[in-house]
Amino acid sequence: MSAEGDEAIQRLIALMARLPGLGPRSARRAVLQLVKKKGALLLPLAEAMREVAETARECVNCGNIATRDLCEICADPKRRTGQICVVEDVADLWAMERAQVFRGRYHVLGGTLSALDAVGPEELRIPRLVERVREEEASEIILALAATIDGQTTAHYIADQLPGTSVTSLAQGVPVGGELDYLDDGTITAALKARRAL
Amino acid sequence: MTPGDQADPGPDDRSGARLRLEALLLSHFRSHRRVRLSFDGRPVALYGPNGAGKTNLIEAVSLLSPGRGMRRASAEDLSRRPEGLGWKIAAGTAGPDGTHEIETWAEPGQSRSVTLDGKAAPQVALGRVLRVLWLVPSMDRLWIEGAEGRRRFIDRAAMSFDPAHAEVALAYDKAMRERNRLLKDMVRDAAWYAALEGRMAQAGAALEAGRAAAIARLMAAQGAAETAFPAADLALEHPERLIEDEEALRAALAEGRPRDMAAGRALVGPHRSDLRAVWRAKGVAASDASTGEQKALLISLILANARALAQDLGAAPILLLDEVAAHLDAGRRAALYDEIAALGSQAFLTGTGAELFDTLGARAQYLEVTEAEGASVVEERPAP
Ligand SMILES: Nc1ncnc2c1ncn2[C@@H]1O[C@H](COP(=O)(O)OP(=O)(O)OP(=O)(O)O)[C@@H](O)[C@H]1O
Ligand SMILES: [Mg+2]
Ligand SMILES: [Zn+2]
Repeated sequence: MSAEGDEAIQRLIALMARLPGLGPRSARRAVLQLVKKKGALLLPLAEAMREVAETARECVNCGNIATRDLCEICADPKRRTGQICVVEDVADLWAMERAQVFRGRYHVLGGTLSALDAVGPEELRIPRLVERVREEEASEIILALAATIDGQTTAHYIADQLPGTSVTSLAQGVPVGGELDYLDDGTITAALKARRAL
Repeated sequence: MTPGDQADPGPDDRSGARLRLEALLLSHFRSHRRVRLSFDGRPVALYGPNGAGKTNLIEAVSLLSPGRGMRRASAEDLSRRPEGLGWKIAAGTAGPDGTHEIETWAEPGQSRSVTLDGKAAPQVALGRVLRVLWLVPSMDRLWIEGAEGRRRFIDRAAMSFDPAHAEVALAYDKAMRERNRLLKDMVRDAAWYAALEGRMAQAGAALEAGRAAAIARLMAAQGAAETAFPAADLALEHPERLIEDEEALRAALAEGRPRDMAAGRALVGPHRSDLRAVWRAKGVAASDASTGEQKALLISLILANARALAQDLGAAPILLLDEVAAHLDAGRRAALYDEIAALGSQAFLTGTGAELFDTLGARAQYLEVTEAEGASVVEERPAP
């Protein structure tokens, strides 16, 4: 036995330490808390994790994380406003939702075009986006992509695939290489309001 | 007026505005184990035998600007051997915008890190605190070797005027590498090419504009100055076609796709531009000038760059002149010292013997660099 308890606990610490924002030290502290508060914390957490593990999947429509085939946003008819906001990552979608300014739907690319990293249009659900624009009769595609070369190449590529559809881009303010996730709600609101045609 | 009579700007006069290093600490940096130095703002002359560690010391100063320094070394190479424990440079600077603390270091196997005034900072932030220009012996062949060195030379000048030039260059390079990969993989998605060519054209036009602006500044600064060094007429050229307009570059790239695919790379664009220099008074290309004349041309350009920057910033940049004195005849050498003094630049000069600096006199600080027990020793000395 080591200083940090038996094998199962060690394994839990090692797994926790792989989470973003946690290192070995904070993982040890977290596990200690969980074990001490078994009824209030550990069991409900285990239960919640099992449930998410069994149900979590990608929304077949937009790529958001969902517990059914369609995410809550895609399942909500009120959010079919004709606007689709294209983001790189689910974290960006959540950031937009937190800001509570956008009432339409999303499309999660899961990355940006990069020949050097072997990420092409197919890997990014861009063909699916083109279909959706037709199916959902979208009137505006709002690109919320990073101001990096890859982000901007992706933006222009998407615009090229959607002739006749209005394609706009969030105003400057999305940090270079930075995710929307790092912006506060006010900045996101301002960037959305000041969006420009690409 | 003899050179020795030149007003000594020294520690007090003008020192408020003079851009300078005030303190430098080297730790396990190349041949230096641990060296702590302080400077008063005057030029710094370093002398000592071959291999003592003079160039290493000013290379450390060059790393107080963004990039890989004047030898373009990897972080690994800078670490003192055989220990290989990583290295660190700490510097205190002063200038028109006040004082700053810079630290830069690399742990073994890691890339280099920077803190500015105690906070982690990207390397580009250094360009906004200090401006450092250099002339090193490997540049002696600048005019006769490949275009890459000349592109780097003009890009460095452009960056000194506008630190954002570095970001534009990186953006262009990234978009071009992406497109080259598409070409090599024989991808035929026209929209993907078009998207990348749009990025290349945007960054590429800005890149050529930055170079053209730098050339204009250098030429103006050469023309305006009373100098013993020959003025050069500079121009950008391109083995195929020099394209400075964004739309034209975009169109040329689109049109050139089949040819580029056969070549596996882009054939037009600023990554192939070249810098041509013609000795104004003689009308001969720099590449046809004598060795000493080529050196004099380079010095002329560096001094012009420094003068133009001094105008922008209200303070001359730091100059690193490695082994410059040795290649000049006595007259030009004295003229160089006078110009450095007139500029008010904290220039770091190296040479093997103190006598190379005799006409510099009390206008400079002197450091003797020697080697003892496998490490460089740096000691302050009186003026020769
Ligand atoms: N990473 C390193 N670790 C230890 N020593 C190094 C390292 N890199 C270079 N050196 C040594 O530092 C010594 C001094 O080099 P430097 O180029 O500074 O000499 P110098 O004083 O400029 O000499 P010269 O007059 O010949 O130009 C050289 O002997 C070189 O081998
Ligand atoms: Mg040397
Ligand atoms: Zn969905």
